[in-house]
Amino acid sequence: MPVEIYLNVAASGLLTGLVYGLMALGLSVIFGVVRVVNFAHGEMMTVAMYLTLLLFGALKLDPLVLLVPIAAVLFVFGYLLQIGLINPFINRPEHSQFMLLVAVALILVNLQLIVFGPDAQGIRTAYSFDSFQLGPLIVDAAKVYAAGAALVVAAALFAFFRFTLLGKAIRACADNYEGARVVGLNVKHLYALTFGLGAACVGAAGAMLMAVIDVTPTIGPAYTLLAFVIVITGGLGSMPGALLGGLLIGITEALGGVLFTPSAKSMFAFGLLVLVLLFRPQGILGRKTA
Amino acid sequence: MLAVRNLSKSFRGLRAVQDVSFTVPQGEIVGLIGPNGAGKTTIFNMIAGVYAPDSGSMLFQERRIHGLRPDQICAAGIGRTFQIVKPFAGLSVLDNVMVGALLRERTTAASRALSVQILDRLGLGAKREQPASSLTLPDRKRLEVARALATRPKLLLLDEVMAGLRPTECDQIVAVFRELNRAEGLTVLLIEHVMRAVMALAGRIVVLHHGEVIAQGTPEEVVRDKAVLECYLGEETEV
Amino acid sequence: MITRLLEGVPRRGLAMLAALLVLLLAFPLFASGYLLAIGFLILYFAYVGQAWNIMMGFAGQLSLGHSLYVGLGAYAAAALYVHFGLSPWIGLLASIGTCALAGAVIGFLAFRFGVAGVYFAILTIAFAEFARIGFDHFTWVRGSSGLFLPVANYTENDLWNLRGSPRMFYYLMLALTAGAFVLCHALLRSRMGYYWLAIRESPEAAQALGVNIFRYKMYAVVLSAAMTSLAGVVFAFYYNNLFPEQIFHISRSIELILGPIIGGIGTLVGPLVGALLLTGLAEGMGELLLALGVDVPGVKQVFYGICLLLVVMFLPHGVWPPLARKLGLER
Repeated sequence: MPVEIYLNVAASGLLTGLVYGLMALGLSVIFGVVRVVNFAHGEMMTVAMYLTLLLFGALKLDPLVLLVPIAAVLFVFGYLLQIGLINPFINRPEHSQFMLLVAVALILVNLQLIVFGPDAQGIRTAYSFDSFQLGPLIVDAAKVYAAGAALVVAAALFAFFRFTLLGKAIRACADNYEGARVVGLNVKHLYALTFGLGAACVGAAGAMLMAVIDVTPTIGPAYTLLAFVIVITGGLGSMPGALLGGLLIGITEALGGVLFTPSAKSMFAFGLLVLVLLFRPQGILGRKTA
Repeated sequence: MLAVRNLSKSFRGLRAVQDVSFTVPQGEIVGLIGPNGAGKTTIFNMIAGVYAPDSGSMLFQERRIHGLRPDQICAAGIGRTFQIVKPFAGLSVLDNVMVGALLRERTTAASRALSVQILDRLGLGAKREQPASSLTLPDRKRLEVARALATRPKLLLLDEVMAGLRPTECDQIVAVFRELNRAEGLTVLLIEHVMRAVMALAGRIVVLHHGEVIAQGTPEEVVRDKAVLECYLGEETEV
Repeated sequence: MITRLLEGVPRRGLAMLAALLVLLLAFPLFASGYLLAIGFLILYFAYVGQAWNIMMGFAGQLSLGHSLYVGLGAYAAAALYVHFGLSPWIGLLASIGTCALAGAVIGFLAFRFGVAGVYFAILTIAFAEFARIGFDHFTWVRGSSGLFLPVANYTENDLWNLRGSPRMFYYLMLALTAGAFVLCHALLRSRMGYYWLAIRESPEAAQALGVNIFRYKMYAVVLSAAMTSLAGVVFAFYYNNLFPEQIFHISRSIELILGPIIGGIGTLVGPLVGALLLTGLAEGMGELLLALGVDVPGVKQVFYGICLLLVVMFLPHGVWPPLARKLGLER
């Protein structure tokens, strides 16, 4: 196949990868601070996608505009989830907390199945079929916009953690739980805030993704796994790592789909995951937990 | 029985143990004392196989034990307790000790018999069906010792067993070790802060400070050693 | 040996077990076809739950990819039957072998490289997903189109080829479940059992007592995998069709751990109680909804999810321990 095809596929993968990266960023933030493995991550994203679908149908607003209210809704959901479900059980063994979220995931997926049915549903925006041409590259306009939005949201999140007082407080909790409490930080509230932020990322990513693909309830679990692969590859707890991982996975999947059969493309993601888990469990940009 | 020579260990540039040498003759009780952070538990952990020394050698019964895993060390005849006790909380007291006993005994029945015996010796006999999580701290320490004893060690490493015990409880355990040492020739290396116990038990004492040995000898010698008094015991020591 | 197994078990418990056994044996005699199918399902989940329990409840390793072993076991025996007419009793040797190997590989990779806790769970998911996608392209077992076992009209039960009535399968499953129960009971009282529990409670302390952690974790993983493979074999010959998308799917993995978690991880009776509760209640609820005119896919799963949530939140040790206390079976 001519090189252009690979370049196009790679470019497309890169763009989608940025959106994946944003989704994974949410997971990384949650794990990095609250130390909870959010097994309902992908399912939360499909909730966002279905919300986008509904709002688009009702208000005819562009998904990239809808991402703001949807992120807000998911923020509240995440906050409440942490306060109501996770905080009370924070002293339970790891696998107990994990199972809590497995249960939430199970409920979310099937509620969506009951309400929306199993068929794929999508939206068509004004630019759904547009594309940009950059030399030999032809890329979908929708993907470009989505990727751009992902970058903006990610940048906003970085800025929040770097420059705001609240962001620093949250990072303090992540580094030292007891220390943070001693200094008077309301850790439970900050944890909930963080989970909310992570959920908001997922919400934004979902809205963006809706501009690019169709949604069914079953893609939820698939995206949860993908988010894990990305986060572990990039480094659990590392924000740039999540984005980097997203890009990597986006490209690997896209190229793998072209070089081999499309249905086998996730195998590469999993192969990569196994390799990372074995040889560099802290991920590419992660720091080794002592 | 145990010979430690020129042992050194650093953690990310921080020298925890520096060129430490001492011996634990067979059948004796040796105490390892020193201020907190002196490197005592690090030495224990090296002997027990938790980490490997950066340099130096360790010989147990003329055999190199460098690089052996903790379970291999135990099989070789070195038992240990932990400074922060680690009971198998979900199991009964008896079952805790049985885990230790199963190392050398062929059958569970024989292990149970041995375990019951050891628990009685340490005064935990009545509580053997209780869950380990229900024990008080002094009892947990006794359980820790009982468990280690069940593996029939030739050398027992005791890590601050007396911490948190009242003087009478301390005396009770001291009596048990004395008896084990006298009757069965159990060799003991113990880390202790409670001087009462050290003086009552140890035949020899090794004093550690900032990872180095600053004094070695009989208790009487060590207690009068200037360097030891300066850094650890203070001018007035009640023993 | 029987007396050794029976010592220490409270009289009441034995009596209850015996009563339960009699009930289970007599069940097909008065159960309708539908109820028999439910009975089979309950026993199936009790069995795989018990097999999974060995890895989790005894050795403390959370596996969320157990569908891998069900699938491998199913496909191994089924493919040998379809292609070579080999009886599943011989085919199951291939199933056990394949799954033991798979378990050994996963265990080795995980334990040698220090992959533990949640990371281990994710590793197991990755392997199951790998198999799911891989088998979709595996032409020898017909890939995604599915592997179908020839179903002929039978008047007799052919136990050798596992062709027969639902009743035959029910008793087969009952035998497997009872066997698993006895095996686990015996294991718990052996050195292996004690070492497993020790590893689960405190690996450091276990090591200091001479327990080779790697070896015993491997035993647990391989045994769990091998036992699960047998469930796969029965599954294949009961349902007569296999699709990678279904049998390796992560929802299968989650389904089979619900029983032991709800019943009680690490207990002997937990998986059975959990399977009974879950399947029984779910089917009952399904019937109720059907009667009300509601037939929506996904309701059962929501119910499972809610049960799981409630149990994890309020009964972290499962339903069995408090139930055992109520029944006066506490020591």
